[in-house]
Amino acid sequence: MKSRLIAAMIVPSLLAVAPAAAQDRPVLTVYAGDYVASEWGPGPQIKAGFEAFCDCELRFVTGDILPRILMEGEGTQADIVFGLNTDVTARARSSGLFAPHGQDTSDMSLPVEWTDPIFLPYNWGETAFIYDETRLENPPASFAELLEAPDDLKIVIQDPRASISGLALLLWVKGIYGEDAPDAWAKLAPKVLTVTRGWSESYGMFTEGEADMVLSYTTSPAYHIAAEEDLTKKAAIFPEGHYFMTELAAQLASTDQPELAQQFMDWILTPEFQATIPLANWSLPAKLPQDDWPEVMRDLPRPEKTLFYDEAEAEALRQPALDEWLRAFSR
Amino acid sequence: MAAGVFPIRQPGGAAIAAALAALVLGTLAAVAWQARGLSALGPWDWRAVWFTIWQAVVSASVSAILAIPVARALARRRFAGRAVLVTLLGAPFILPVIVAIMGLISVFGRGGVLNDALRAAGLPEISIYGWQGVILAHVFFNLPLSVRLILQGWQAIPAERFRLAESLGFAPRDIARHLERPMLRAVLPGVWLAVFLVCLTSFTVALALGGGPRATTVELAIYQAFRFDFDLGRAAMLGLVQIALCVAAMALARWIAIPAAFGAGLDMPSQLRGLGGWRRLADGLAITLAAAFLLWPILAVTLRGLPRIPLLPPEVWDAAVRSVVMALISATLAILLSLALALAIARGGARWIETAGMLPLVASPLVLGTGLFILLRGVASPQAMALPVTVAINAIMALPFGLRALIPAARDLEGDFGRLADSLDMRGLARLRLLVLPRLARPLGFAGGLAAALAMGDLGVITLFATDQPTLPLKLYQLMNSYRMADASACAVLLMAISFALFWLFDRGGRLA
Repeated sequence: MKSRLIAAMIVPSLLAVAPAAAQDRPVLTVYAGDYVASEWGPGPQIKAGFEAFCDCELRFVTGDILPRILMEGEGTQADIVFGLNTDVTARARSSGLFAPHGQDTSDMSLPVEWTDPIFLPYNWGETAFIYDETRLENPPASFAELLEAPDDLKIVIQDPRASISGLALLLWVKGIYGEDAPDAWAKLAPKVLTVTRGWSESYGMFTEGEADMVLSYTTSPAYHIAAEEDLTKKAAIFPEGHYFMTELAAQLASTDQPELAQQFMDWILTPEFQATIPLANWSLPAKLPQDDWPEVMRDLPRPEKTLFYDEAEAEALRQPALDEWLRAFSR
Repeated sequence: MAAGVFPIRQPGGAAIAAALAALVLGTLAAVAWQARGLSALGPWDWRAVWFTIWQAVVSASVSAILAIPVARALARRRFAGRAVLVTLLGAPFILPVIVAIMGLISVFGRGGVLNDALRAAGLPEISIYGWQGVILAHVFFNLPLSVRLILQGWQAIPAERFRLAESLGFAPRDIARHLERPMLRAVLPGVWLAVFLVCLTSFTVALALGGGPRATTVELAIYQAFRFDFDLGRAAMLGLVQIALCVAAMALARWIAIPAAFGAGLDMPSQLRGLGGWRRLADGLAITLAAAFLLWPILAVTLRGLPRIPLLPPEVWDAAVRSVVMALISATLAILLSLALALAIARGGARWIETAGMLPLVASPLVLGTGLFILLRGVASPQAMALPVTVAINAIMALPFGLRALIPAARDLEGDFGRLADSLDMRGLARLRLLVLPRLARPLGFAGGLAAALAMGDLGVITLFATDQPTLPLKLYQLMNSYRMADASACAVLLMAISFALFWLFDRGGRLA
């Protein structure tokens, strides 16, 4: 009896892993980051929206997407990758596994010019330190002020060796301070309460009240405003500029569904797709007039200046910037 | 010890051990093969290696030393709720790492209860961030395991020995010398080794509480090699370093440990007499402090998350059911495997069997997952393999802990009853049913409970396999990654409650059997 009950529970859950093979509709396989396909991410809306017109099934496969594709090579099942960051595009490009997206990127709503023929941005944002105005009444008004702030102002950041936002901070500091970056890190290091593996651990520590500021994104306050009606979380906007971050999609050259894959790439920059980004992805749409953004995103304070290194520059800076960072914390 | 006298071959145990070694070393080889060789380590990698060894030595030593007074107090005191407390004190070991960090921060963090009290009293604050935080967290995780294993050691001294000691007029000092110290000499090296190995592969703890890159561990360096540099050769090299450290530590522990050899008893209730006076006070203090240290963080997490549990979306409950089923299968597998291994080791199996049994503890989950992915790639679709592989890996990862509890018990069983059973020609199922299972029920229940709980909290060593069937820990991370920190803390409490319930069921079942 008991074993039958267990079997009744386990068999569906193990078999359901290979579903829908019986249905005749073609399947578009999309490798995506973990958060994308969860019910709290943009995945469900993307799936429903695409399946409404493609006469196909969109199947998300989540996990460590790029390492997996690089190991699978041309035999990969993936038709699309969704959610790559700019830190890995050089590596992804050199694999030769990806095909051009074929979109016109001259008229994007990005603060930087985008000419990449392979990797297509679907959202964007900027790095920022988030604070709670009830706990930090006088936040630093510039990066320089942050560096000069007393050391009991505590921030949490992410490890650049394990997290894309952590890496963006390295490039942010490099973009502002250039050769003086080591001095900047020397001033910042004593204020760093701790360095976490990923964004979520840092952000959790901040909302727990452990840290005064957390390395996150300019769009983070939108979540608190829209979902929690909490107006106290703010991004500190610095005149020196903020570092640009975007998430990218690309199609595989080896896809066995080239029409569907191209259809999906064509759909990404449409207003219908882009309109789902702000409140499902908590970031800004890559191509949508500002008037069509949700009010909560429109009203967010925006940095005057955006810093960004292209792929080649970022790749060249990565190791030296990391060494500077490691040295600053090893004193 | 029957070991040398009756070297009965155990093909089952040897085969399992060989498979374990093949899995751990084979996946490492697969990763190295994919990378076309091993790569050299950089200066930061070597720093990570030294920091890893240092913190693991300190964490293991502190855990083992602190566990002695607590285990002794629990062994010689009888009070209402003692059994419940012993079970509860085991909780931190099976906590998902992220939940434990939340709890520790709410007690020891900047805004935590302790610092609030220090501030109110005008005393300087303490900081949990830095090497001290890493040690604190590791002791929090591993003190329960240490206490539990040492307590088992105390309880394993037959009651007759204590009665003899009493009739000979032994003072507490004499009992310590003739009974307790030999027991500790036999048990402590194994305890120290287990904790050392757990801390060797620490990753999230060291990073979250380490305060910066000075606290980089080998496991983080492996993660970095994968995610940041795509340098599989370096990842494989670091994985090899971890395994070398494991084998060295095991050799050291075996060299130190000396079997206590108390002989068989009649299973009478323990006669360990609690003495009055200052010893009573000291025991009370040890138990109170340990309970406060281990349970307060858990209480803090529970109070915060509990109210929101009913509001969790149905997908979380689906994931919970899936995780429970997977954990139960993992636990069953772990019980079968660890029993076969422990019996083989106890009956004088070759030394490498024990080493193979400990290997999963230091196999880097990342190397293991990637290696399996490379090896299984041609066999079946990774999605179809995701859940079965997770179940199997979780069973294997829990083996070393189960073995620590089972091996001493199996050795005693073999030493005390093996010759009698052999002379009665008691073999096969009859021997299993009448001798082995009744006498090993306790450690088996403990091993199964640990496996179930650890499997429940495991995020999945196999992110590469990817699945559309998320487990509960994955849901927890998805919630955190979607800013839903309040729901995440509710999810954490749910995860903790299920892990704990599973452990309790098995552990209790083992004790009642």
